[in-house]
Amino acid sequence: MGAWLIPMSTSSTTEYQASTPTGKIANFVDTRVGASPMVREFGRKIFPDHWSFMFGEVALYTFVILLLSGTFLAFFFDPSMAHVTYLGSYKPLYGVPMSTAYASTLDISFDIRGGLFMRQVHHWSALLFVAAMSVHMLRVFFTGAFRRPRELNWVVGCVLLIMGLAAGFTGYSLPDDLLSGNGLRIIDGVIKALPIVGSYISFFLFGGEFPGDAIVGRLYILHVFLVPGVILLLIVAHLFMVVVHKHTQYPGPGRTENNVVGYPVGPVYAAKAGGFFFIVFGIIALISGLFTVNPVWNYGPYDPSPVSAGTQPDWYIGWVDGALRLMPGVLGDFSFKWDIPLPWGTNTLAMGVLLPMIPAAILIGTMIAWPWLERWVTKDNREHHILDRPRNAPTRTGIGVAGVIWYCTMWAAASSDLIATHFGVSLNDVTYWLRGIFILGPFIGFIITKRICLSLQRKDREIVLHGREAGVIEMTPDGEFRERHERLDDYRLYQLVSFEANRPVPAQPGPDGKISGGEKRRAKLNRWFYEDRVEPVSRAELAEAKTHDHHDVPDALAATGSRGTLEH
Amino acid sequence: MKALSQKRRHPIAGLALLLLGLLITGGLYSVASTMNQAQAATTGSTYSAEDITEGEKLFNANCATCHGYEAVGTEDGPTLVGVGAASVDFQVGTGRMPMQMQGPQAQAKPKQFNDEQTAQLAAYVSSLGAGPSIPDEQYLDTDHEDVDLGNGGTLFRVNCAMCHNAAAAGGALTRGKFAPGLDGVSEKHIYEAMVTGPQNMPVFSDSNIKPEDKRDIIAFLKEIETQGSPGGAKLGSLGPVSEGLFIWTAGLALIVGFMVWLTTRSS
Repeated sequence: MGAWLIPMSTSSTTEYQASTPTGKIANFVDTRVGASPMVREFGRKIFPDHWSFMFGEVALYTFVILLLSGTFLAFFFDPSMAHVTYLGSYKPLYGVPMSTAYASTLDISFDIRGGLFMRQVHHWSALLFVAAMSVHMLRVFFTGAFRRPRELNWVVGCVLLIMGLAAGFTGYSLPDDLLSGNGLRIIDGVIKALPIVGSYISFFLFGGEFPGDAIVGRLYILHVFLVPGVILLLIVAHLFMVVVHKHTQYPGPGRTENNVVGYPVGPVYAAKAGGFFFIVFGIIALISGLFTVNPVWNYGPYDPSPVSAGTQPDWYIGWVDGALRLMPGVLGDFSFKWDIPLPWGTNTLAMGVLLPMIPAAILIGTMIAWPWLERWVTKDNREHHILDRPRNAPTRTGIGVAGVIWYCTMWAAASSDLIATHFGVSLNDVTYWLRGIFILGPFIGFIITKRICLSLQRKDREIVLHGREAGVIEMTPDGEFRERHERLDDYRLYQLVSFEANRPVPAQPGPDGKISGGEKRRAKLNRWFYEDRVEPVSRAELAEAKTHDHHDVPDALAATGSRGTLEH
Repeated sequence: MKALSQKRRHPIAGLALLLLGLLITGGLYSVASTMNQAQAATTGSTYSAEDITEGEKLFNANCATCHGYEAVGTEDGPTLVGVGAASVDFQVGTGRMPMQMQGPQAQAKPKQFNDEQTAQLAAYVSSLGAGPSIPDEQYLDTDHEDVDLGNGGTLFRVNCAMCHNAAAAGGALTRGKFAPGLDGVSEKHIYEAMVTGPQNMPVFSDSNIKPEDKRDIIAFLKEIETQGSPGGAKLGSLGPVSEGLFIWTAGLALIVGFMVWLTTRSS
């Protein structure tokens, strides 16, 4: 194994020679593409370790699984609405006329080896993809990870979620079965309800009167090309920004705004993340092997006349369907169908269909704008790399819970018929109750959540100052019983005291020395945001509390009744 | 021909034409409606006089409280004159009658009468007035050579799925009423439900869906009931709601479980 020297014409340094075959190949590649600086850079990238940081990873992995299983399905799926008579092996549909798209979906399910399994892998991972993105965004919201410098990445995440919905809905509609056809009909109805342009857009989209014979082909190209392409680009941007910003971390000893405490990508995280991909794949394969999803053979081919009971979209579109179901057609004598007399005749405005789109617009709009809304109200323009514990941002947490309740009410409304049959209650009553929760639920949820957050903060204060209850009852020499309290260790203590007490920022005068109306409104909102708060235990308070531990026991006991300070 | 063309503007011509039209439509209608009636009445007389007397005793003891003596109906229950043997056989045979309590609709429950008593009640009620009779065996034979499963499925989706769900899993109606799931309902009872329209169900008469088509529908239902679920556990055949619920509970729980496990492993 003699190492040979190749004299280089421009440099006198000796080139590295690998000694093993693998090393030789790696070196060959590296000297051509120059990957080692990149590996050195990314391999030493530190990521903090917490289970709640892994939802984004799940979303990424399910997307990869979607690409793999989707490619398999595309080999056999024929996105055509040409009419055929089904002559495949599923008996209850034998001889039934249907579209080629539906027939090829049946063929994938029953006549192509592994096809049904792959369809189920694709559909289950799509459901998990959007669920993982949603939970990931909830984690980011409730821990305040969207704050500077990550506002734009939050927006990229929002667009990714919307693209996820688009990918899901276009895919759900492809098999041209009765269930998804009904869903498309609802979309068509909403489009047609748009004033003036509605019917034109509908005719353009469907290539004529619904359902036409173009929509499956159009949805197909969106589903396999455009939407996944956009998602892929956005994922690259998203991950790039994660690397640029570095990952956020939960508060803890040694963790500051200027460092990241965790493990490097190589080798620890690369191994863990790689393994986790296979775990996610395994879970999806297990579910797909055991549980059926979207059994299109049950629904039959699409035909505009039948509408099956229990027609629902996939879960992520459910909330929009639910908003439509919650909307009353009339309120007493007031009708939401407005007939507007115009010189050329009467035009109808279907407010019963248009109004339910407003909650969706509000939720998505607020979600995207939230980092700026919060920054404007709080005047907090600093960089944040340490996450908030949700209890330490009571107002934000309350608003988040209010949004979740609003969403979930609409979501539940989409299954109002199943709630009625499965809990033996009247469908009408379910709708009335959900309407009530739709209006009151967010407010009640906000108030309760904020109270719970403040109480948890007070509990933290109590534990820091007086230790945790040890569950040991002691009797003093003079016959008094009391419970022993134990001091926390420093690590735990750090978590409970290291947060910022945000005090309200009063209205600030502008450059002209005057306080503008907008600034007054901001200050009012700011007061509402920060007015109710529990201060973290200060060093002095802790030192003071500790002095009680060793002597002067009765005083310490009296102090256990303290409720912390709630400042106004 | 000349006479006809000359007389066509006669004042009575219009009246004569109208009369002729009315006669033809009336005649056709009576022929069409007696066809159904004749069919319904034919099998009504297979019961013996003893069945009818026994049925009357049972009826007076168990049903007359609500439906009245001679089944003329009361405030609490409708008249049963003309509902036919099929209706009695369905309602009593599935335990819906006698009703447990007044409510949005009669619930199926373990049946209260044995087959003989049910037949006697049916005999009595059908003796009060002609109505749909208990279906002929040949229309319940799902293995019959003329059975077309595809046709049955198409008819089911067009006529039944909007209440009973495309997979016959049942669905909600307004104000606490519901269309039940059809799993495990006997061929005879499905047929009888179609011809008599129990609860909120519309009647699908023989001129609406032919007996052979009804047999196709029944065969389709029995096929999807017995074929099992090709894709694994079917989660109640409730569509995307149960699928979404499953991925948010069991699916995410598995994922989170592994996440926590992975992050608690020391590197």
